[in-house]
Amino acid sequence: MKSIWEYANPKKFIETSQALLPWVTGLTVVCMVVGLVWGFFFTPDDYRQGSTVKIIYLHVPAALMAINAWFMMLLASLIWLIRRHHVSALAARAAAPIGAVMTIIALATGAIWGQPMWGTWWVWDPRLTSFLILFLFYLGYIALWAAVEDDDTAADLTSILCIVGSVFAVLSRYAVHFWNQGLHQGASVMRAGALAGDTEERVSNVFAVPLFISMAGFVLFFVALVLLRTQTEIRARRMRALMARERRG
Amino acid sequence: MMPELGKYADTVLSAYAVSLLLLVVLAVWSIWRARKVRAELETVEARRKRPQ
Repeated sequence: MKSIWEYANPKKFIETSQALLPWVTGLTVVCMVVGLVWGFFFTPDDYRQGSTVKIIYLHVPAALMAINAWFMMLLASLIWLIRRHHVSALAARAAAPIGAVMTIIALATGAIWGQPMWGTWWVWDPRLTSFLILFLFYLGYIALWAAVEDDDTAADLTSILCIVGSVFAVLSRYAVHFWNQGLHQGASVMRAGALAGDTEERVSNVFAVPLFISMAGFVLFFVALVLLRTQTEIRARRMRALMARERRG
Repeated sequence: MMPELGKYADTVLSAYAVSLLLLVVLAVWSIWRARKVRAELETVEARRKRPQ
Protein backbone atom coordinates (compact mmCIF):
# COMPACT_ATOMS: atom_id res chain seq x y z
CA MET A 1 0.00 0.00 0.00
CA LYS A 2 1.21 3.47 -0.90
CA SER A 3 2.11 5.87 1.89
CA ILE A 4 -0.02 9.01 2.18
CA TRP A 5 3.23 11.01 2.29
CA GLU A 6 3.79 10.24 -1.40
CA TYR A 7 1.19 12.91 -2.10
CA ALA A 8 3.42 15.44 -0.36
CA ASN A 9 5.39 15.36 -3.62
CA PRO A 10 3.92 18.31 -5.62
CA LYS A 11 4.14 16.46 -8.95
CA LYS A 12 2.41 13.39 -7.54
CA PHE A 13 -0.26 15.56 -5.90
CA ILE A 14 -1.02 17.35 -9.18
CA GLU A 15 -1.20 14.05 -11.12
CA THR A 16 -3.52 12.43 -8.59
CA SER A 17 -5.74 15.47 -8.04
CA GLN A 18 -6.11 15.98 -11.79
CA ALA A 19 -7.37 12.42 -12.13
CA LEU A 20 -9.78 12.90 -9.20
CA LEU A 21 -11.12 16.35 -10.10
CA PRO A 22 -13.59 15.40 -12.86
CA TRP A 23 -15.19 12.75 -10.61
CA VAL A 24 -15.38 14.99 -7.56
CA THR A 25 -16.72 17.88 -9.68
CA GLY A 26 -19.38 15.65 -11.27
CA LEU A 27 -20.51 14.34 -7.88
CA THR A 28 -20.53 17.89 -6.49
CA VAL A 29 -22.86 19.12 -9.24
CA VAL A 30 -25.18 16.11 -8.81
CA CYS A 31 -25.41 16.42 -5.01
CA MET A 32 -25.77 20.21 -4.95
CA VAL A 33 -28.38 20.32 -7.70
CA VAL A 34 -30.39 17.41 -6.26
CA GLY A 35 -30.13 18.67 -2.65
CA LEU A 36 -30.98 22.30 -3.39
CA VAL A 37 -33.65 21.67 -6.04
CA TRP A 38 -35.31 19.05 -3.83
CA GLY A 39 -35.10 21.32 -0.79
CA PHE A 40 -36.34 24.43 -2.58
CA PHE A 41 -39.04 23.01 -4.83
CA PHE A 42 -40.22 19.76 -3.27
CA THR A 43 -40.29 20.17 0.51
CA PRO A 44 -43.25 21.52 2.49
CA ASP A 45 -43.25 24.60 4.69
CA ASP A 46 -42.54 24.15 8.37
CA TYR A 47 -45.55 24.72 10.64
CA ARG A 48 -43.69 27.42 12.62
CA GLN A 49 -41.07 28.80 10.21
CA GLY A 50 -43.19 28.73 7.06
CA SER A 51 -41.17 28.72 3.82
CA THR A 52 -38.06 30.13 5.57
CA VAL A 53 -37.24 26.52 6.51
CA LYS A 54 -35.91 26.20 2.94
CA ILE A 55 -32.92 28.31 4.00
CA ILE A 56 -31.52 25.38 6.04
CA TYR A 57 -30.40 23.69 2.79
CA LEU A 58 -27.86 26.51 2.42
CA HIS A 59 -27.28 27.68 5.98
CA VAL A 60 -26.50 24.34 7.66
CA PRO A 61 -24.12 22.99 4.96
CA ALA A 62 -22.33 26.36 4.74
CA ALA A 63 -21.90 26.54 8.53
CA LEU A 64 -20.68 22.92 8.56
CA MET A 65 -18.03 23.74 5.96
CA ALA A 66 -17.07 27.07 7.55
CA ILE A 67 -16.01 25.21 10.70
CA ASN A 68 -14.61 22.07 9.09
CA ALA A 69 -12.58 24.01 6.52
CA TRP A 70 -10.73 25.56 9.45
CA PHE A 71 -10.15 22.10 10.97
CA MET A 72 -8.79 20.89 7.63
CA MET A 73 -6.47 23.94 7.60
CA LEU A 74 -5.43 23.12 11.17
CA LEU A 75 -4.52 19.55 10.21
CA ALA A 76 -2.59 20.74 7.14
CA SER A 77 -0.83 23.42 9.21
CA LEU A 78 0.23 20.86 11.83
CA ILE A 79 1.59 18.60 9.07
CA TRP A 80 3.56 21.58 7.75
CA LEU A 81 4.94 22.45 11.19
CA ILE A 82 5.90 18.84 11.99
CA ARG A 83 6.94 17.39 8.62
CA ARG A 84 7.63 20.52 6.52
CA HIS A 85 5.67 19.31 3.47
CA HIS A 86 5.01 22.34 1.25
CA VAL A 87 1.88 20.80 -0.28
CA SER A 88 0.17 20.70 3.12
CA ALA A 89 0.90 24.39 3.79
CA LEU A 90 -0.34 25.27 0.29
CA ALA A 91 -3.49 23.15 0.77
CA ALA A 92 -4.26 25.14 3.93
CA ARG A 93 -3.72 28.37 1.99
CA ALA A 94 -5.98 27.08 -0.80
CA ALA A 95 -8.78 26.22 1.64
CA ALA A 96 -8.92 29.59 3.42
CA PRO A 97 -10.92 31.61 0.84
CA ILE A 98 -13.40 28.74 0.51
CA GLY A 99 -13.86 28.64 4.29
CA ALA A 100 -14.25 32.43 4.35
CA VAL A 101 -16.98 32.32 1.69
CA MET A 102 -18.77 29.52 3.58
CA THR A 103 -18.65 31.66 6.73
CA ILE A 104 -20.14 34.65 4.84
CA ILE A 105 -22.92 32.43 3.48
CA ALA A 106 -23.67 31.04 6.96
CA LEU A 107 -23.71 34.53 8.49
CA ALA A 108 -25.73 36.09 5.63
CA THR A 109 -28.35 33.35 5.42
CA GLY A 110 -28.58 33.31 9.22
CA ALA A 111 -29.19 37.07 9.29
CA ILE A 112 -31.75 36.89 6.46
CA TRP A 113 -33.58 34.08 8.29
CA GLY A 114 -33.24 35.78 11.68
CA GLN A 115 -34.93 39.01 10.63
CA PRO A 116 -38.45 37.52 10.25
CA MET A 117 -38.00 34.69 12.79
CA TRP A 118 -36.17 36.44 15.65
CA GLY A 119 -37.16 39.98 14.69
CA THR A 120 -33.53 41.02 14.27
CA TRP A 121 -30.73 40.60 11.74
CA TRP A 122 -28.08 40.16 14.39
CA VAL A 123 -27.62 39.52 18.11
CA TRP A 124 -24.38 39.15 20.07
CA ASP A 125 -25.25 35.54 20.72
CA PRO A 126 -22.34 33.17 21.61
CA ARG A 127 -22.59 31.17 18.39
CA LEU A 128 -23.08 34.16 16.10
CA THR A 129 -20.27 36.10 17.75
CA SER A 130 -17.82 33.20 17.60
CA PHE A 131 -18.74 32.73 13.93
CA LEU A 132 -18.04 36.40 13.23
CA ILE A 133 -14.66 36.10 14.99
CA LEU A 134 -13.94 32.95 12.95
CA PHE A 135 -14.63 34.99 9.78
CA LEU A 136 -12.18 37.67 10.97
CA PHE A 137 -9.59 34.92 11.55
CA TYR A 138 -10.13 33.76 7.95
CA LEU A 139 -9.50 37.30 6.72
CA GLY A 140 -6.41 37.62 8.92
CA TYR A 141 -5.09 34.26 7.71
CA ILE A 142 -5.53 35.22 4.03
CA ALA A 143 -3.98 38.65 4.62
CA LEU A 144 -0.98 37.15 6.44
CA TRP A 145 -0.21 34.80 3.53
CA ALA A 146 -0.37 37.78 1.16
CA ALA A 147 1.72 40.05 3.37
CA VAL A 148 4.77 37.82 3.94
CA GLU A 149 7.03 37.45 0.93
CA ASP A 150 8.96 34.33 1.95
CA ASP A 151 6.69 31.30 1.49
CA ASP A 152 8.17 29.24 4.34
CA THR A 153 7.94 32.12 6.82
CA ALA A 154 4.36 32.80 5.69
CA ALA A 155 3.51 29.12 6.16
CA ASP A 156 5.02 29.14 9.68
CA LEU A 157 3.18 32.30 10.76
CA THR A 158 -0.17 31.32 9.24
CA SER A 159 0.09 27.85 10.82
CA ILE A 160 0.43 29.45 14.25
CA LEU A 161 -2.50 31.77 13.48
CA CYS A 162 -4.51 28.74 12.41
CA ILE A 163 -3.82 26.97 15.73
CA VAL A 164 -4.93 30.07 17.66
CA GLY A 165 -8.05 30.49 15.48
CA SER A 166 -9.04 26.88 16.12
CA VAL A 167 -10.32 27.99 19.51
CA PHE A 168 -13.03 29.99 17.70
CA ALA A 169 -13.75 27.16 15.28
CA VAL A 170 -14.42 24.94 18.32
CA LEU A 171 -16.46 27.71 19.97
CA SER A 172 -18.50 28.19 16.77
CA ARG A 173 -19.43 24.52 16.95
CA TYR A 174 -19.98 24.12 20.68
CA ALA A 175 -20.80 27.66 21.89
CA VAL A 176 -24.45 26.78 22.41
CA HIS A 177 -23.39 23.97 24.75
CA PHE A 178 -20.83 26.04 26.71
CA TRP A 179 -23.20 28.95 27.36
CA ASN A 180 -26.82 28.11 27.80
CA GLN A 181 -27.96 31.47 26.48
CA GLY A 182 -28.49 33.31 23.21
CA LEU A 183 -31.02 32.97 20.45
CA HIS A 184 -29.33 30.39 18.27
CA GLN A 185 -30.79 26.95 18.80
CA GLY A 186 -28.63 23.92 19.54
CA ALA A 187 -27.80 21.16 17.09
CA SER A 188 -30.93 19.89 15.37
CA VAL A 189 -29.56 17.41 12.89
CA MET A 190 -26.79 15.77 14.91
CA ARG A 191 -28.50 15.92 18.32
CA ALA A 192 -27.69 12.89 20.45
CA GLY A 193 -31.34 11.92 20.92
CA ALA A 194 -31.99 12.22 17.20
CA LEU A 195 -29.01 10.04 16.35
CA ALA A 196 -30.20 7.45 18.88
CA GLY A 197 -33.48 7.21 16.94
CA ASP A 198 -35.74 9.31 19.19
CA THR A 199 -38.42 10.47 16.75
CA GLU A 200 -39.34 13.43 18.99
CA GLU A 201 -35.80 14.75 18.66
CA ARG A 202 -35.34 14.00 15.00
CA VAL A 203 -35.73 16.40 12.08
CA SER A 204 -38.41 14.92 9.84
CA ASN A 205 -37.08 12.91 6.90
CA VAL A 206 -38.98 15.24 4.57
CA PHE A 207 -36.40 17.91 5.47
CA ALA A 208 -33.48 15.72 6.55
CA VAL A 209 -32.93 13.75 3.31
CA PRO A 210 -32.46 16.76 0.98
CA LEU A 211 -30.47 18.45 3.76
CA PHE A 212 -28.00 15.54 3.94
CA ILE A 213 -27.68 15.51 0.14
CA SER A 214 -27.01 19.26 0.16
CA MET A 215 -24.43 18.80 2.94
CA ALA A 216 -22.70 16.13 0.84
CA GLY A 217 -22.73 18.58 -2.09
CA PHE A 218 -21.08 21.31 -0.03
CA VAL A 219 -18.42 18.89 1.28
CA LEU A 220 -17.65 17.76 -2.28
CA PHE A 221 -17.66 21.38 -3.50
CA PHE A 222 -15.05 22.14 -0.84
CA VAL A 223 -12.94 19.10 -1.77
CA ALA A 224 -13.07 19.93 -5.51
CA LEU A 225 -12.05 23.54 -4.96
CA VAL A 226 -9.29 22.62 -2.50
CA LEU A 227 -7.82 20.18 -5.05
CA LEU A 228 -7.98 22.79 -7.84
CA ARG A 229 -6.70 25.67 -5.72
CA THR A 230 -3.88 23.59 -4.21
CA GLN A 231 -2.70 22.77 -7.74
CA THR A 232 -2.77 26.51 -8.45
CA GLU A 233 -0.79 27.31 -5.30
CA ILE A 234 1.81 24.64 -6.16
CA ARG A 235 2.24 26.14 -9.67
CA ALA A 236 2.33 29.71 -8.32
CA ARG A 237 5.04 28.71 -5.84
CA ARG A 238 7.10 27.06 -8.59
CA MET A 239 6.69 30.16 -10.75
CA ARG A 240 7.89 32.42 -7.94
CA ALA A 241 10.92 30.16 -7.44
CA LEU A 242 11.79 30.14 -11.17
CA MET A 243 11.42 33.91 -11.47
CA ALA A 244 13.59 34.45 -8.39
CA ARG A 245 16.24 32.21 -10.02
CA GLU A 246 15.98 34.27 -13.24
CA ARG A 247 16.46 37.52 -11.32
CA ARG A 248 19.59 36.11 -9.67
CA GLY A 249 20.86 35.28 -13.18
CA MET B 1 -43.15 25.29 -11.05
CA MET B 2 -42.22 27.99 -8.52
CA PRO B 3 -43.19 26.87 -5.01
CA GLU B 4 -45.60 29.01 -3.01
CA LEU B 5 -43.32 30.89 -0.61
CA GLY B 6 -46.01 33.09 0.90
CA LYS B 7 -45.08 36.17 2.91
CA TYR B 8 -41.46 34.99 3.24
CA ALA B 9 -40.77 34.88 -0.50
CA ASP B 10 -38.32 37.82 -0.37
CA THR B 11 -36.48 36.26 2.57
CA VAL B 12 -36.06 32.84 0.97
CA LEU B 13 -35.23 34.15 -2.51
CA SER B 14 -32.65 36.64 -1.24
CA ALA B 15 -30.94 33.92 0.85
CA TYR B 16 -30.69 31.67 -2.22
CA ALA B 17 -29.58 34.54 -4.49
CA VAL B 18 -26.79 35.69 -2.16
CA SER B 19 -25.54 32.15 -1.48
CA LEU B 20 -25.60 30.93 -5.07
CA LEU B 21 -23.94 34.12 -6.28
CA LEU B 22 -21.11 33.70 -3.76
CA LEU B 23 -20.64 30.01 -4.64
CA VAL B 24 -20.54 30.77 -8.39
CA VAL B 25 -18.14 33.70 -7.95
CA LEU B 26 -15.83 31.53 -5.82
CA ALA B 27 -15.86 28.67 -8.36
CA VAL B 28 -15.35 30.95 -11.39
CA TRP B 29 -12.57 32.92 -9.67
CA SER B 30 -10.79 29.66 -8.70
CA ILE B 31 -11.01 28.27 -12.25
CA TRP B 32 -9.90 31.59 -13.80
CA ARG B 33 -6.90 31.86 -11.46
CA ALA B 34 -5.96 28.20 -12.06
CA ARG B 35 -5.87 28.79 -15.83
CA LYS B 36 -3.98 32.08 -15.50
CA VAL B 37 -1.27 30.68 -13.20
CA ARG B 38 -0.92 27.55 -15.34
CA ALA B 39 -0.44 29.64 -18.51
CA GLU B 40 2.05 31.95 -16.78
CA LEU B 41 4.07 29.00 -15.47
CA GLU B 42 4.18 27.44 -18.94
CA THR B 43 5.49 30.75 -20.33
CA VAL B 44 8.22 30.95 -17.70
CA GLU B 45 9.20 27.29 -18.19
CA ALA B 46 9.28 27.70 -21.98
CA ARG B 47 11.50 30.79 -21.62
CA ARG B 48 13.92 28.84 -19.42
CA LYS B 49 14.09 25.92 -21.89
CA ARG B 50 14.98 28.20 -24.82
CA PRO B 51 18.72 28.28 -25.58
CA GLN B 52 20.36 31.49 -24.31
